[in-house]
Amino acid sequence: MPLAKITQVSGRGVYVAGNDLDTDRIIPARYLKCITFDGLGEFLFIDARRNPDGTDRRHALNDPRFKGAAILLSGANFGCGSSREHAPQAIQKAGFRAVVAEGFAEIFFGNSTAIGLPCLVASREDIASIAAAIDADPGLELTIDIAAGEILLGGRKFKAATRAAARDALVNGRWDPIGELLEGVGQVSGLAQTMEYLRQ
Amino acid sequence: MPQSLFEKVWAAHTVRRLADGQTQLLVGTHLIHEVTSPQAFGMLRDLGLKVLMPHRTFATVDHIVPTDQFSEPFADPMADAMIKELRRNCAEFGITFFDRATGKQGIVHIVGPEQGITQPGMTIACGDSHTSTHGAFGAIAFGIGTTQIRDVLATQTMALGALKVRRINVRGRLRPGVYAKDVILHIIRTLGVNGGTGFAYEYGGEVFDRFSMEERMTVCNMSIEGGARAGYVNPDETTFAYLKGRPYAPKGAAWDRAVDRWRAVASDPGCRYDDVVELDAADIAPTVTWGINPGQGLSITENIPDPAKAGAADEKAAIEEALAHMKLRAGAPIKGTRIDVAFLGSCTNGRLSDFQEVARHLKGRRVARGVKAIAVPGSQGVALLCEELGIDKVFRDSGFEWRAAGCSMCLAMNPDKLVGDQLCASSSNRNFKGRQGSPTGRTILMSPLMVAAAAVSGHVADAREVFELPL
Repeated sequence: MPLAKITQVSGRGVYVAGNDLDTDRIIPARYLKCITFDGLGEFLFIDARRNPDGTDRRHALNDPRFKGAAILLSGANFGCGSSREHAPQAIQKAGFRAVVAEGFAEIFFGNSTAIGLPCLVASREDIASIAAAIDADPGLELTIDIAAGEILLGGRKFKAATRAAARDALVNGRWDPIGELLEGVGQVSGLAQTMEYLRQ
Repeated sequence: MPQSLFEKVWAAHTVRRLADGQTQLLVGTHLIHEVTSPQAFGMLRDLGLKVLMPHRTFATVDHIVPTDQFSEPFADPMADAMIKELRRNCAEFGITFFDRATGKQGIVHIVGPEQGITQPGMTIACGDSHTSTHGAFGAIAFGIGTTQIRDVLATQTMALGALKVRRINVRGRLRPGVYAKDVILHIIRTLGVNGGTGFAYEYGGEVFDRFSMEERMTVCNMSIEGGARAGYVNPDETTFAYLKGRPYAPKGAAWDRAVDRWRAVASDPGCRYDDVVELDAADIAPTVTWGINPGQGLSITENIPDPAKAGAADEKAAIEEALAHMKLRAGAPIKGTRIDVAFLGSCTNGRLSDFQEVARHLKGRRVARGVKAIAVPGSQGVALLCEELGIDKVFRDSGFEWRAAGCSMCLAMNPDKLVGDQLCASSSNRNFKGRQGSPTGRTILMSPLMVAAAAVSGHVADAREVFELPL
C-alpha cells in the first residue's frame, strides 16, 4: 500500500511549555501496559494534566480553547528519555499531526518520523511568537510546509526545518521504511554470510 | 586510513544506502522484551511477514514482572496478558525466550552479556533506550522504537543515519568511594542531557582500561541520558576474559578466530574523532542528582543550586521547576536530605559486583527505621550468584528486602512503586517526574554504595563517611 505523501500539515496549534519534556512525562510507564497502541491518546501528558485525586490541573491540553489542535508546540530536547514509541503514538492518537519544538531527542525523532508524525525544529523566538499568537486567538490556523521548511501563520512565515532525510521521507511518502527495507532483504543473507557470528 | 570501531562496525553491517540517504543497517543481534514488542508482532502479522532471523532474536521478560511473587497468573491482568503475548509470539516465530522457568530470565541488558550473546563488533538493537549498555563490549547497540522492532523482525535491518563519534577520555585513577555510576553522572552533568545528540560516545582512558566489564556496562548504559544514542568501550583482554566460556560465546577454534576479529575491530590508533573530551578522574566525587533529569547532578559535598544565582532565564526556570518537584531548598546541602525508600537494582546497577561491593560494607549495619529498602538483582543469574555467595543474607540481615529479578522500581511497571511524594535513593538511571510510579514521587540517582549509605542513615549521606572508606 503506498504511503501518504506528507507535504503539508494544517490545523490549530497548542503550546505545551517546557524544556526536556521526557517520555515519562509524555506517557508515564504505568500506561505502557498494553499490547496495542489504541487508546494511548487519552493519557498524553496525563500526570501534568490530572491531579492524583482525578481532578484536572491547569494545562494547555485541558484548556477547551485548544481542543482539536493538530500541531503541538514545545521547548528544547523534546522527547528525551526512553525509546518507547508509545510517546509519539500517544501524541498521534490524541489527534496531533505534527510537533514543532526547539529540538528533539534522537530516538523520539526517528520513532515519530517512522509513523508519519513530522517533527520540526523552530527557533525559541519563533515558537514564542506562534505561542503568543495562538494564545490570543486559538482559532488561528497554522500551515506547515514541510518541503519548504516553513510555518505559515496569518501573513507571517517562520522557519521550521526537519532533517533532510526525514523531510525527503515524508514528502515522498517513504516515511515508513518497511517497503524499502524489504526490497533490500535479498542482499541481507549474502552480507550475513561474510560475518562468522551471523552464519548459521 | 585509521578507523574508529564505530566506522568499522557500521561499514561491515551496511546493506545499502537508502533513497533518503539513510543506511540500511544489518542488525546482528535483536533483543526483545514484553513492553515494546507486542505491537511490532501485531504489525508483522498485519503485513503477513515472518521473522527473518529467529536464531538472531532473543527474548526475555523484565519490565512488568513482580519481584515478590513467582506464581502466575500475575495479580495485574495487563501484566499477565503481556507475558502471555510474548510467550505466544516467541513460540509462533521460533524465538529463544529466556522465560522465568529457565533460570536465565532478567533485565534484557543484563541477560545478553551474561549469556555471552553480546559480543564485540556486533550491531545490536532492542526496543529499549538502555540498549547502549551492550556497547561495553565494543558492540554498536541502539535503542529503537516499536516500528523499528517490526523492521528488524521482518528484515533483520533498520534504516538509520550514521552517528558522529565523540571520544571521552577519563584520565587518572578514581578516588575511593567513587564508582562507574559517578563517572557517568559526572559526564552527563558536564556535557548535558542533550550534549550527545547525534553522537556515539567512545569511552576510554585509564579509568576505562582498569574498569571491569560490569563497570563499563554501567557507564555505557546511561549514554542515552546524555543524549547519545550509543556508547561503547573498545574491546580488550578484560572483554575477552569476561566472555570466555559463556553459553553463547564461540568455542574452540571459533573462539580464537573471534578474539582475532575482536582485536581488529577496536578503534585504530590515530583514528579521527568528531570530538574529543578530556576528563580527570580526580575531579569526580560521589555524585547524586538533585533535580528531575540525570544532568542535574552535584557532588555529595556540594549545595543544591539556587535559582537566584542562575545565569540564563532558562536555567533559572529549570532549577525552580526541579526544586518545586523535589521539595528541596535552594542553597541547602544535599547531604542530610531525608529519604523514604532505597532501591538497589536496574540495568544500570543490578549486577553481581554492585551487590558484592555493597555487601562488603553493609555487613553488620542496619537500614534506618522508617526506610523501605529493596535489593533487586538484575537477573536470575545474578540472584543465584549472590545467593551462593551469601550476599542475599547480608542484605536481608541488614533490613533490605531481597527480591526476584526484574526492572522493578526503576520505572515501576510492576507493583514496586513509590507512594505519594516519597523520596527514593536509587541506583537506577532516570529521575524524571513520575518515573518511579507516583506522579509526585521523587528520585535521587546515585551509586549502589551511596544507596546503601542513605538506607542506613535514613538520609542522603556520603558513603565514604558512613562506611569509613580511606580517603
